[in-house]
Amino acid sequence: MTNKVLMTTALASVLGLSAGMASAQEIRFMCSTDGNECEVYEDLLTRFEADNPGVDVIVDIVPYQAILENLPVQLASGNGPDIAKVTDLGGLSEYYLDLAPYVDRDYWESSFGDTLSWYRGPDGGDAINGMHSQLTITGPFVNATLFEQAGVEMPGEGATWEDWAAASRAVAEATGTDFPMAIDRSGHRVAGPAISYGAQLFDADGNAMLVDDGFTAYVEQFVEWNNDGTFARDVWAGQGGATYQDAAQEFINGELVFYYSGSWQVGRMEENIGDFFDWQVVDSPCGPAGACSGMPGGAGIVGFSDTEHPEIVAAIIDFLAQEDIYAEATARTRNLPAHLGVAAAGVDYEGVSAGAQGALNGFAGALPDVSPIAFAYQGYPGNRAMFGITVERLSQAIVGELTVEEAMERAASDLAAAMAEAN
Amino acid sequence: MLQILSPIMRIVEVPMLALQRLLGINKLAWVFLLPNLILFGLFAFLPVILNVSYAMTGGDNVLLADRPNVGLRNFVTLTDCENFLDPNSCREDKFWRAVWNTTWFVTLQVGAMVGFALLTAIILNGKIRARGFFRSVFFFPVLLSPVVVALIWKWILQREGVLNAFLDWTGIGGYNWLVDAQWAFTWSVFISVWAHMGFYTLILLAGLQAIPRDVYEAALMDRASPWRTFRRITLPLLSPTMLVVLVLALIKGVQTFDEIYAFTGGGPGTATTFIIQYIYEEGFAGAPRLFGLAAAASLLVAIVLVILTLIQLWVNRRNVDG
Amino acid sequence: MGKIWDFLTATRGSTRLHWTDWVSYAYLCTGIFLMFGPVVWLVLSSFKTEADLQRFPPTLLPYAQQTVEVDGYDDALPLFVMTAGEYEGMTLAQLRRVGNQAQMIDPLNPEERLRVNIANREPVEEFSLATENYTSLFERFNFLRFFWNSTFITVTATLLMLLVNSMAAFALSKYEFRGRTAVLLLVVGTLMIPQTVVLVPLFLIVTELGMFNSLWGVIIPGAATPTGVFLLRQYMITIPDEILDAARMDKASEWKIFWRIIIPLSAPAIAVLAILAIMWRWNDFLWPLIVLTQTENFTLQLALNSFQGELTTDWSSLLAMTVLTLLPIATVFMFLQKYIATGIASTGGK
Repeated sequence: MTNKVLMTTALASVLGLSAGMASAQEIRFMCSTDGNECEVYEDLLTRFEADNPGVDVIVDIVPYQAILENLPVQLASGNGPDIAKVTDLGGLSEYYLDLAPYVDRDYWESSFGDTLSWYRGPDGGDAINGMHSQLTITGPFVNATLFEQAGVEMPGEGATWEDWAAASRAVAEATGTDFPMAIDRSGHRVAGPAISYGAQLFDADGNAMLVDDGFTAYVEQFVEWNNDGTFARDVWAGQGGATYQDAAQEFINGELVFYYSGSWQVGRMEENIGDFFDWQVVDSPCGPAGACSGMPGGAGIVGFSDTEHPEIVAAIIDFLAQEDIYAEATARTRNLPAHLGVAAAGVDYEGVSAGAQGALNGFAGALPDVSPIAFAYQGYPGNRAMFGITVERLSQAIVGELTVEEAMERAASDLAAAMAEAN
Repeated sequence: MLQILSPIMRIVEVPMLALQRLLGINKLAWVFLLPNLILFGLFAFLPVILNVSYAMTGGDNVLLADRPNVGLRNFVTLTDCENFLDPNSCREDKFWRAVWNTTWFVTLQVGAMVGFALLTAIILNGKIRARGFFRSVFFFPVLLSPVVVALIWKWILQREGVLNAFLDWTGIGGYNWLVDAQWAFTWSVFISVWAHMGFYTLILLAGLQAIPRDVYEAALMDRASPWRTFRRITLPLLSPTMLVVLVLALIKGVQTFDEIYAFTGGGPGTATTFIIQYIYEEGFAGAPRLFGLAAAASLLVAIVLVILTLIQLWVNRRNVDG
Repeated sequence: MGKIWDFLTATRGSTRLHWTDWVSYAYLCTGIFLMFGPVVWLVLSSFKTEADLQRFPPTLLPYAQQTVEVDGYDDALPLFVMTAGEYEGMTLAQLRRVGNQAQMIDPLNPEERLRVNIANREPVEEFSLATENYTSLFERFNFLRFFWNSTFITVTATLLMLLVNSMAAFALSKYEFRGRTAVLLLVVGTLMIPQTVVLVPLFLIVTELGMFNSLWGVIIPGAATPTGVFLLRQYMITIPDEILDAARMDKASEWKIFWRIIIPLSAPAIAVLAILAIMWRWNDFLWPLIVLTQTENFTLQLALNSFQGELTTDWSSLLAMTVLTLLPIATVFMFLQKYIATGIASTGGK
């Protein structure tokens, strides 16, 4: 009996879905999630569907790996979805649908400003290729309770990496904490500090170069700090390849004084630390070169030019880009807004504590400090190659497989080889 | 199961009998092979051929038609070394680090895994209670996905993991296993044996079934020692299955990737980076996607594997004949 | 107790335990601890909350902090036991914490507020199953649909593979024909190229054949595994040729020999291959990930891995999903493994 019921339900759902597929103009939205983004978009788009009868937007929630590795292959063979949420913003630009013919250019340019150029790829131009849906920025989380216990004053405005290193070491020593500092194992995360140490990343002609005196200076300092115990060596030395590794678990467990990560961690911190200790977000420390830069980043929603319904795809993305919808999505997903109008009005995050609200505002407030180099780096289509090279070669220098000098030579030649192959 | 299918099989018998009359018994072999050859040709062999073409091209385009032909350049890049034993002297230092890591890894892993799988299979094949339960015990790790295998062992081995908590409690004191290159490598071998041993145990168990019981009874009558029975009866009669196990273990050992990648990411540094990880990072995960270089590396590996397998087949044949 | 001991020490047939039996049982018990222990722990951990999973060092059982309802407070208050200081040994409920100081009350005497240093307290924890890890899965997914897709792919691909592979293995083991060695080497040879590399060429072939976003795009390429042919062929070699010759004398057709003699005699190897094939298809991830992009075609493994984002992974949901996907296949294994022992001995070579 139960079997029969189960079978009928299964059959009904099979038939139900396939019947639905045939009738409507179906738009496929490929989405990967770090929390609730896809669910929020699905919910918001039901409003679009209500206003546009006959349009059926299906959000396919996939592992991030599918977006990163398989989507490019599918697009190349002409089998891509209609819309996707992507992170390799410039790298896929050849497949994007230019929304300009379907949307109000003035509104888009005044709302999204510079982030539009991140989607234009190597050739530039003035296409409107995508909507930056999640702006992130890197910055430090600090365990304030440990500072209080140690009786150490937190370095104030304009503090340098050296100041923070000294303070964190003092706190760790006084409180018996395992690690003074840590930074995520990611080429994106060390880009901000490297720029603060004077890395230019691009030469006078705008070509990527990665290794210069400023970059090397940072690497030397970073390797030294990893090996003298200032930084949690586990994070960078415990992994290999270009794999991503964060130190959130150490921070959540109160074993880390100063943790350099980014705005996307706020939700996780709030949820998992709870009442265990007080934490706060501070400004990115400054380097000897004077800059105190974090690194922007994030994900965006794009349409693909192979779609059968370009006008509907454009209408959907335009719908999500409207100020009220964008503000709601930002508030519900606890992200920073890339929409200038929304940012200016401020976001009232839903159901978060005052601490998390303050942390998110702290990150948003750090945006003006971000160096123009960091913006250019984020918009550069070859940046994923540079991030990967940074992680691999830096790790080898930390574990001692290569000297800093050798690692920098390798990094430079890796980049040259990658650039030669990509063109 | 067989009863359900037998009407279908009786229907199939009619055309098969006609073909048998038409072709003769020995040519009928091709009819038996045909379905497999079609599937195999399309979905296993053709991709390999395409892979060879990719190895001769450069750039980062996906479609073969868009890719410039570069001849043997990818192979030259990979083998550009002053001293093959010192990866730092090679143009693709990461490839050669991976090659040497894989060589060591496979030597240790295949030996340990086949040894333990054989021991386990013989014990599970013996007169023991709750056989089904124990078989499951040894097979369950095979069912876990690589991500989950890596997660469990990270919980156990990380700095604040279960093993260190235990060692602290005993007074020996913990150790930061995964930051030490040698230990990370050793644990990688262990985890890979842990995760795949059940697979080979199962194949060997089936192989042990093919050995007729009366052979053992005769040995028992002769009061042969267990060791002698194993050497003189079990091993020789098991050799066709052992060949499968050794060949598969070697190939899969060289192709070790997912669980170690999820476990250490190939680190610390490049201490547990194996060849497939190199191929994966160059060709798929990294940027730009160098399919050509990845395909060339896979072909170099394949050539080495073919040679090793032929040696295994030859040794096996000589043992059987002798 | 004695009964259990008898059960554990008894051997089938003989009465006395040989020393090898002792060694065997010792080995098997180590096996339970080493091989099965982590799996059991995984199942227990799937009942932990996300915060509990992040904890150092990981606990064996899922715990949650005990709370207490106190009159005059809307929310339940977390309980702590004092480990030092003025109130040592007391169990207090916390009102709020500011910096190093916590404001606590004694649940028995809620009027008086006590100030304590946070270093002097430890949370009171109790065993608690986070069943919401499981229930939320059913709210979030069309679980039944994914289960159906996975089952359909697994069953169809396994049957197809067993039939096709055993036919080929029969030809390669029991016939002498020109090109036999070549075919065999070709089969083994394709094993040498790792799946990671052929993924893209294979994807292009499958889309060319119109099987993109179709379950058949997962089923059919999956049936062409070289391992199966190789495994079955090596087993069929051990079947004596005399049995076949006897059947041929009786005018049995070749198909009948294959179906009535070879297949039953190869039962252990076929059972093993069936187990492996079911496991491969059920756990297959990389290939479905590239072929199937639409929710209505997703398998359980794709749904499971969608908890992995760019920067964070939802481990509690992922573990619960892992356990759910593990259950059916573990059951199938326990059922099929007994056929491994139905070899020549039990079918009697008829």
